[in-house]
Amino acid sequence: MVTEIEQPTVELSKVAVSETHGEDSPYFAGWKAHDEDPYDESSNSSGVIQMGLAENQVSFDLLEEYLEQNSEASNWAEGAPGFRENALFQDYHGLKSFRQAMASFMEKIRGGRAKFDPDRIVLTAGATAANELLTFILADPDDALLVPTPYYPGFDRDLRWRTGVKIVPIHCDSSNDFQVTLEAMEAAYRHAVAMNIKVRGVLITNPSNPLGATIQRSVLEEILDFAKRNNIHVVSDEIYSGSTFSSSEFVSIAEILEARGYKDSERVHIVYSLSKDLGLPGFRVGTIYSYNDKVVTTARRMSSFSLISSQTQHLLASMLSDEKFTENYIKTNRERLRKRYEMIIQGLKTSGIECLKGNAGLFCWMNLSPLLETPTRKGELALWKSILHEVKINISPGSSCHCSEPGWFRVCFANMSEPTLEVALKRIHSFMDQRKTDAIQSPPQL
Amino acid sequence: MTQPQTLDEQPTNPTRQKSTGMRLIVPLQGIVQGRGGLLLGTLIPCALFYFFQLYTKRNRGNSSNTPSNPPSPSSSSPNLAELPRTSSRLSLFSRVGSSGPVSVSSRASLIVRENDSPYYIGLEKVSKDPYDKVRNPDGIIQLGLSENRLSFDLIEKWMVENVREAMVGRDGEHLSINGIAAYQPSDGLMELKVALAGFMSQVMRKVVSLDPSQIVLTAGATPAVEILCFCLADHGNAFLIPTPYYPGFDRDVRLRTGVELIPVHCRSADNFVLSVTALEQAYNQARKRGVKVRGILISNPSNPVGNILTRETLHNILVFAQERNIHIICDEIFAGSVYRGEEFVSMLEILVEEFDKNRVHIIYGLSKDLCLPGFRVGVIYSYNKNVLALAKRLTRFSSISAPSQRLLISMLSDIKFIEEFIKTNKQRIQKLHHSFVDGLEQLGIRCIQSSAGFYCWANMSGLISTYGEKGELDLWDKLLNIAKVNVTPGSACHCIEPGWFRCCFTTLALEDIPVVMKRIRKVAETCKSLS
Repeated sequence: MVTEIEQPTVELSKVAVSETHGEDSPYFAGWKAHDEDPYDESSNSSGVIQMGLAENQVSFDLLEEYLEQNSEASNWAEGAPGFRENALFQDYHGLKSFRQAMASFMEKIRGGRAKFDPDRIVLTAGATAANELLTFILADPDDALLVPTPYYPGFDRDLRWRTGVKIVPIHCDSSNDFQVTLEAMEAAYRHAVAMNIKVRGVLITNPSNPLGATIQRSVLEEILDFAKRNNIHVVSDEIYSGSTFSSSEFVSIAEILEARGYKDSERVHIVYSLSKDLGLPGFRVGTIYSYNDKVVTTARRMSSFSLISSQTQHLLASMLSDEKFTENYIKTNRERLRKRYEMIIQGLKTSGIECLKGNAGLFCWMNLSPLLETPTRKGELALWKSILHEVKINISPGSSCHCSEPGWFRVCFANMSEPTLEVALKRIHSFMDQRKTDAIQSPPQL
Repeated sequence: MTQPQTLDEQPTNPTRQKSTGMRLIVPLQGIVQGRGGLLLGTLIPCALFYFFQLYTKRNRGNSSNTPSNPPSPSSSSPNLAELPRTSSRLSLFSRVGSSGPVSVSSRASLIVRENDSPYYIGLEKVSKDPYDKVRNPDGIIQLGLSENRLSFDLIEKWMVENVREAMVGRDGEHLSINGIAAYQPSDGLMELKVALAGFMSQVMRKVVSLDPSQIVLTAGATPAVEILCFCLADHGNAFLIPTPYYPGFDRDVRLRTGVELIPVHCRSADNFVLSVTALEQAYNQARKRGVKVRGILISNPSNPVGNILTRETLHNILVFAQERNIHIICDEIFAGSVYRGEEFVSMLEILVEEFDKNRVHIIYGLSKDLCLPGFRVGVIYSYNKNVLALAKRLTRFSSISAPSQRLLISMLSDIKFIEEFIKTNKQRIQKLHHSFVDGLEQLGIRCIQSSAGFYCWANMSGLISTYGEKGELDLWDKLLNIAKVNVTPGSACHCIEPGWFRCCFTTLALEDIPVVMKRIRKVAETCKSLS
């Protein structure tokens, strides 16, 4: 919430007082609780374990090893002239070597099943900026983007706040594992039309956050066809594309476009970033890849508000072009994430908790609906609160992701060590045991 | 609003026929009588027209996207008209489909039409043919980009001696990336804020001491300006801005916020210093038009003129803002590049008790004073807690990369180095400024007496054939294409008097100056002989 505005002597803007930054939701409240009492293996073993932050810490050692062995990437001791050009370089085209490195990295992630042209890459300071930028470019204030639910809570802020653009949800539910259906898309579109809102595009996240699952090929085809019929854009946020547990399960929209000979590809734009796959959110590296010339030019110019430090570009360019490193990294990162996933799924299962079958991402989508006192949003928030205070883990309630079914929670597993994850699973186990005991001792009133 | 369809798109969707070609040809059908004739009368000319367009577009040169990238503080790029849409159509990766083009927003369309200004065209031309003493002595000399290369060697030396340790942390023996990899506060690390507060204080002669908790860091001064506009004004509101001004403000302030810039014209008779009378006039005119003025945007030291505002002027601006209850954004990004005896006075020094501090917001950055535009470091400094809180949230769209922050914390904390650097840098700028202004004087071109920054504001009105914007642009064109020197014409800076040009000299070495003057002389002599 914007700090108390005791009638300021000089006025601020409407944006200043609006609430579309969405920072009142539990998504952010949980973080606060964690920040006030953070878990630490040695010094605070009863603290709150953060499982609401989708950060990837499982593969840092690989990055450190690379940097250790390739010191010329991190300094310019030999390349003094190189440094001059670099530090003066502030061109919004971005370092060509870095764009080439990103293109090649994105190709590797997709197993070479799609090709990327470095000149279509626009660099931004993080995917947050990329998504906002695309929204500025594709839609006018009061227009809308259709977004399948449940979705990343940050979208409420990133897509709507300064742009003035609306989000119209495409409702998905557990009956088909929350997959997007044509009916749901059409219903959302009709709903927008009924409210006199102009739909400019569909924004999907693939692999999905918070579901932790990839979108099936047939669904992607359907989305593309739907967009074509209505002459709207498709933005595919593929920020978790390198975090799929097996390389074969992820289908990028780029592959579908390639299969279609790039016909009608002008409406498609891909967002990527190194924050998840490479675990480097602090570096602020994001990209927009667009098949639309006008969007590329415009995005590039607008990226002046959000450029990546040339030093960072230089630092990462050689790393991401290093074939041996990237192949090994992608493979190892995948395996480690898969192991983590299996560990948490197994642990939850023994506690009697089911999750959506996932195959990607840094989190799992947990079903706690059987535990709800009332199958409502209120019931879900009450459960979330008790988990935060009794189990002392911060997880993200489905309502903050606009999930239409109460009782689902996103649980992150990659932002902690394995021992910490064990502790969290133990706590959950005790919590579930306690609930069973409580249920036996005081059966629900009928 | 849909974009007009280009003619080489296959007309598979007849309902989207909006091409101008069709509109020209359809009336012909009235000429051809009879049923079959009617059809043929429209079909054949249309078909011919389509194929003609298709043919000419396909055979247009296959120019690639800009191969060498021009370094630029804002946007350097070819005009959209030159952008190779055809080459992309022919490229493997981006063949375009057959249905009508999906449209972009009106904001995007605005950008597409922009960048015809000489400011950007000049930058683009230089990038294609840049002067190099040895390798390209006939290339275009860049005087249109406000970059400081004079003191770069000092920074380089520091980097070579310190960078590895400075950037990636150490955890005992081994490199530890954990510290910089993870999510950081989006408005910057506290250590960097502390370091910057110290640096800014040094730059402002240590008269003011800055509070790090009043700092919000952004990826460059460009988003800092935009973020402040989002905080202080609504779509359709306006800021008053003295002319001539930095061309980039047109984009920073207006593009995505929808906030207007109302020029307050300054004149050579006043040495282009802002007068309160002019401010009042502009303010009143805006009110008559029903436009709500939310603040004043000034740059001090000013770009492009390079003068420093006196205490009195700063005070008058404060009083003006106070009386009308509006904000002041003061861009002090050149504060550390003062070379004349005069001292730079920050707006912060003038903010005494009688004024409401909540209305003053300072912009700063490291692109000028520390020669590091590539690292993207901008600062918003404000006393207004609400503005700070909001700006902080908005920095998630424009955060500084963590490794760069670490590096800079280390550099800025090296007090000895920074002191040496500031001193030496000023001396070098002064030397070059002196030499450059002298050189121009010998050509009969006088400059406004400036005290800071990287430019001379030169009066070349004696050389233009017709006194007006067209004459000025003709001269600019001659300078660019004949003398092969890129300068920024005053009209790009919204100067109301034609004939003034901004010449940035900090990209030159002393020995380049005679070369520049010789070239300008060539054009100056032809102009004089014509007039």
